[in-house]
Parts: sequence; structure tokens; C-alpha cells
Amino acid sequence: MKDKLFKKIITIPVIVYALVLILLPLIYIFILSFLKSDSYGGVINVFNLGNYLKIFDMVYIKVFVQSFLIALVTTLICILIAYPFCLFISQKKKKTQTLLMALVILPFLTNSLIRTYGWIVLLRKEGVINTILLNLNIIDNPLSLMYNNLGIIIGMVYTLLPFMILPLYSSISKIDNRLIEASKDLGAGSMATFFKVIVPSTVTGLFNGSLMVFIPCIGYFFIADLLGGGKLMLLGNLIKNQFLTARNWPFGAAISITLLIITFVLVKLYKKTGGKMDDLGGF
Amino acid sequence: MKKRILKNIFIILVYAFLYLPIIILVVFSFNTSKMNITFEGFTLKWYQTLFSNRSLLEAFFNTIIVAVTSTFISTVIGTISAYALNRYNFKGKGFIMKLLYIPIVIPEIVLGISLLSVYTLLKLDLGMMTLILSHIAFSIPFVIISVKTILDDLNPNLYDASKDLGAGGLETFRHIILPSLIPGITSGAMLAFTLSLDDVVISYFTAGPSSNTLPLKIYSMIKTGITPEVNALSTIILVVTFTIILLFTLKQMRSLKKEVVR
Repeated sequence: MKDKLFKKIITIPVIVYALVLILLPLIYIFILSFLKSDSYGGVINVFNLGNYLKIFDMVYIKVFVQSFLIALVTTLICILIAYPFCLFISQKKKKTQTLLMALVILPFLTNSLIRTYGWIVLLRKEGVINTILLNLNIIDNPLSLMYNNLGIIIGMVYTLLPFMILPLYSSISKIDNRLIEASKDLGAGSMATFFKVIVPSTVTGLFNGSLMVFIPCIGYFFIADLLGGGKLMLLGNLIKNQFLTARNWPFGAAISITLLIITFVLVKLYKKTGGKMDDLGGF
Repeated sequence: MKKRILKNIFIILVYAFLYLPIIILVVFSFNTSKMNITFEGFTLKWYQTLFSNRSLLEAFFNTIIVAVTSTFISTVIGTISAYALNRYNFKGKGFIMKLLYIPIVIPEIVLGISLLSVYTLLKLDLGMMTLILSHIAFSIPFVIISVKTILDDLNPNLYDASKDLGAGGLETFRHIILPSLIPGITSGAMLAFTLSLDDVVISYFTAGPSSNTLPLKIYSMIKTGITPEVNALSTIILVVTFTIILLFTLKQMRSLKKEVVR
């Protein structure tokens, strides 16, 4: 009897948490996305599909396309940096590996906004990089390193790189070294070994990392704001504006639901390639 | 040989990229010029003026209060929940487990605006309370997963042995299971704490005017004009976190060494 009571007591928190803090908010914005906004920032309880139809306006389609392009480029650059990086690290001694991986995580324990501010100091017109290059007479005029797409991508790659490195490293370090030796013994060159042995065994790690880079990238409005100078609108900025400045909550909710559906499709694909939900984020 | 040097150069370049903005912040915290452009001379004055900048310090303390409170609550709830999910079956368990992954995978902004909407619906005033609640909302799943990983590896016979020896559910949890969960709980709590300190997006929507956190404060300062006091505060935070993590890693490396010796 006492056991039954214990079971009840410890199962209730997770049920309450999941229903109240996860399900309820999502259901509420789902409902909101079918309602209408009045001109004062309030909501009128009239069912309509207008918010979803509005997304197909050229203006908003453009925002979707831009966001996905930025996210795609960011993901690709992260792969290009993280893959060789993890491969080289995994060839070091076990002890060195632990230390090097800790050094990867270390900068990310400080706030991402503080680090973004660091990039502003480096990249702006009168910033550190331009000052150095000008003084060395390498350039005559300061380069535009931020307040454009380049700035956004630098900021995104920087902020999201560890989310690519962590899952990739964990899948690369799991490769059985005998497999690589066997491949070499059987006469495969290092190129063939790389593409036929190493890459196939890191597919889920790659997908995992890509997911953890691609999805947040769409929503990080503060990086687009600060390093993009507000010129380029990402989905995150659009949603933020609908909720805080334009005060059209139903439209903001409809964009969020669309983004949610895209996320779920990507996660389904990840699971199809054999990915486990518990591994997401590389923890 | 040549190949190895190239590989090491690549590794060094990646670290340079990772540490560059941080080093710049630290260097300019000692700069006499207010402008953060060129280094003009060494000074500690920003560290002094920092302690009279009330709004910045207040934002810092708010950040710490939110991080500590939300970490504590989400670690307790997360640990209990992981155990409940591992040990017991109940109606709708599969569904609940699916819900738990949602805060991990969805874009933070979606979680942020949906929590904001619900707070408005329930007529809750935005402030420290809603901020802490939101941080709990996104931290719990991370704690559950890191505790669950350890629970999944535990020998299931432990439960039966404990039961056979006459222990009830609570005793089994407290004396048999909980001690072996400590590493999972620690890493879950550390994760929750870092996520809370780092959060910009969700706080942006769920904090009220009276509950400015450091990230939000810096966000508005970047737009209106930032002072090297921010660099000084960031440097202090950096030194503290770096020390903690370094000690933690050294300890881990030492235990790794012991394993090798054995």
C-alpha cells in the first residue's frame, strides 16, 4: 500500500510538468494561430485560416527562404570545421582528448550574448580586425565584416559549433580502430577508408549535429539583430516582432506552428536514419 | 610528419576561433579607453566603477538567483521523474516521454512565445516568478535524460534484492538507487545551470521589467551604448567558470589515470 502511494507521489511531478509547461503552451498557440487579431494587439475569437494563408505572401516566403539558407550555410560550415577537427582530436592520446574537448566546451559556459558582443568588438568598421589590417597597410578601406550576412553567419557558426562538435566527436571516437586497420590491410587508401569506413559510421552523429545547429539557427534573432544590423529578417526576428512590436499574436503563432512542423519532420528523418532521441545534443 | 603538423595547425586555428572574442573582451576590460577599439593603456578602473553600477549588478544577481533556483528545482523534479519513468508504468507514459523531448528539439523562440502566451492567458504578471518557471520548463528534460542514462545501465536485480530484503519503494530509492545516481544528477544540474546562465531567447519573452537578467541587460546596452564595465564583469564570470571547469576536468583526468593503472 505504501509502495502504491510512493509510486503516485513520484509519478505526478513529471505528468504535471509535461502537461502544464509543455503541452498546454503548445496547444494554446495552436489554437491562437487560427484566431484573428484586432488592431489593438488583442485577439478576436473567430476561427479562420488567414494567418496560414498570409505566410504565402512573397514577403514572408522570402523570410522563410533567407532563414533556411542562412541555417543551411551555417550547418555546412560547422560540418566542414567540426569533421576534420574531431577526426584529428580522436587520433590523440585519451588524456589529451579529454582536455581538448573540455577546452571546446569552456567558452560556451559564458553567456552567448557576451561572446556575440566580443565579435562586435572584433568585426565592426572601427573594430580590432579592421584596425590591424589598416595599420599593416593590407587594406585601404575598412572591410564590412558585420551588419551583413557574413556577420550573421560568423556569429551563428561560432555560437552553434560545439553542438556539431559534441555529437560528431562521440560518434567518431566510437569507431573501432580495428575497422580502419582492416580497411588499410585490405589495400584501401586513406581516401577510400575515409569515405567507405569512417563517414558511414558517423552518419547519425552528423545528422544529430546538423539538427542541433540548423534548428536553433532559425530562431536566434539576437545574432541577426546584433551582427546583421537588423537588415536581414530571420524567422526568429519575424516571430519576435509579431509578439512584441506588431502585436499580431495569431500570425506569430501560425509562423511558430509552421516552424514546429518543420522541426518535427526533421526529427522524424533523424530517427529514420537510426538516431536516438537521447543522443540529441551530444550529452 | 608534415601531415601531423598540418593537423595540429588546423586544431590550433579552431581553438583560436573559439577563444578570440573571449580574449578580446578580457584584454579590453583593462583598457583605459572607453571605446574598445585600440589598447591605450592598462587600468583597473572599470573593475572599480563596476561595483557602483547598480543596474548591471542587479541584473547579474537576478541571473544568479534565477539560475540557482531553477537548477535546484529542475534537478529535484528531474531526478524523481527519471526514476519514476524508469521504474514504473502508468497510463500515457509513452506520450509523456515524447513530450519531454519537445523542449530539447524545438527552437527556443517557439517555447518562449508559447510560455509567454500561457502566462498572459493565466493573467500572470511577468517577473522573476515567470522567468524561473520558464527556466525550469526548459531544464527538466536535460536533467531527466542525464539521470535516465545512468538508471538504464543499473542492474535491474538491485530492485528485487532490495525488495526481498524488505525495503519499500522509498527506502529502495533513497538507500540503493540515489547514491549511484550522483554522477548523473551532477552533470544534469551543471547542464541546467549553464543553460540557465546562457539563455537569451526564452528570458527575452518571459522576463518582466523588474527582472532584467544580465544577458537582457547587455542586449539593451549593446544597442544604447556599452561600457567596459561589461567587459570587467564578463572577465570575472569567465575566471570563475574557467576555474570550476578546470578543477572538474583535472579531477576527471586523474580518475581516468587511476582506471588505466588498475
